[in-house]
Amino acid sequence: MSIATLFTALMTTGGLIFFIAGSVGMLRFPDQHSRLHAMTKADNLGLGMIVLGAMAQAGGPLVVFKLALIWILAVAASAVTAQTIARATLPGQADPEA
Amino acid sequence: MTGAIFDIVLCLLILAVALAAILGRDLFGSVVFFIVYGLLVALAWTRLGAVDVALAEAAIGAGLTGVLLVGAVARLRRGGVVEPTPPRPLARGAQMGICVLAAGLVGAAIAGLDPDAAGLTATVAQNLEASGVGNPVTAVLLNFRGYDTLLETVVLLVVLIGVWSLAEDRYWGGRPGLRQHAKPGGVLATYGRFLPPLGLLAGVYVVWAGTDQPGGAFQGGTILAAVWLLVAMAGLVDAPPVTARRLRLTIVAGPALFLAVAVAGIFMGGFLHLPPEHAKQLIQTIEAGLALSIAATLALLVAGPPQRGAR
Repeated sequence: MSIATLFTALMTTGGLIFFIAGSVGMLRFPDQHSRLHAMTKADNLGLGMIVLGAMAQAGGPLVVFKLALIWILAVAASAVTAQTIARATLPGQADPEA
Repeated sequence: MTGAIFDIVLCLLILAVALAAILGRDLFGSVVFFIVYGLLVALAWTRLGAVDVALAEAAIGAGLTGVLLVGAVARLRRGGVVEPTPPRPLARGAQMGICVLAAGLVGAAIAGLDPDAAGLTATVAQNLEASGVGNPVTAVLLNFRGYDTLLETVVLLVVLIGVWSLAEDRYWGGRPGLRQHAKPGGVLATYGRFLPPLGLLAGVYVVWAGTDQPGGAFQGGTILAAVWLLVAMAGLVDAPPVTARRLRLTIVAGPALFLAVAVAGIFMGGFLHLPPEHAKQLIQTIEAGLALSIAATLALLVAGPPQRGAR
């Protein structure tokens, strides 16, 4: 087994552990803001590790760049949605679904 | 082997998510499952090598339809409707019977297909040269079966007119949807400035690449619509009044251009005939016009009927 394959296996496994942790937190945490926290933070790290693992298998620098872009866009989108949902579910907000 | 396991798990997930969307008691939950269903189906299309369909499914099936459904649920809640009243047992039985029958007929039709038949793949490949483009899907959509696409774009226009006709009389001529409020300098407002350059690039690229690679006006147009909706949600732009001339021109431009090229074809061999030596340029022109109109139409569909004055 080459070093790249080993690296990919380690990173993907690590990433999956974070995804599972995020999902467990999503199901088990008591309130909306804690669940949001589990979902966005852990999953972003998990995705980052999976992207790193995939980069080791990439055919060239362009693919590595695209994978990095995917992670950055996912992190940015998840940060913004987390903020927006958190704000909408603050106490005193009239209509969380509007 | 690994591929087969992946495919089987994917198919089971699709079925489970579809059931959850239909059987769920919570309307919002059903919509969420529907969106997840669309994303999984897009993954399935990718596994089948149909990247064009996967792009369309992810962008329109999951993304745009998802947003429309979320908007519909929010609207129902504002109107005080939380859950639909469950149908009576007899009606429910009839609905299930019709669904099972329809699914059975589709299943029988698929089972009756020859698994080794290549369909029209060979014919399309033989004539690809004359179509002017390198992507066989684009060749079919805009050249070989152009009238399907022409009618589709007109349908989209008619749908928007249908949505606008739901406007209350006092708001006719006003701006679509509700005014969006976002804190200036807040997270959403910043994101609304950060993403558009990248989003516009991606949208235009998908339209441009459509001639030789997976992509096209519908997929790219949806991305452009999403960019505009994000900027609108961030409170940076507002939808123009539905009577604005520039808006009307934008949504009609694509279908009108397509129709003009189709009519011009009459003098060169027949309605919708694209002369092979100019086919590529013509298709790219049509795609560019369509992308603009599709983007505007889809964004306005999400924005909804006029709900406030022009100011």
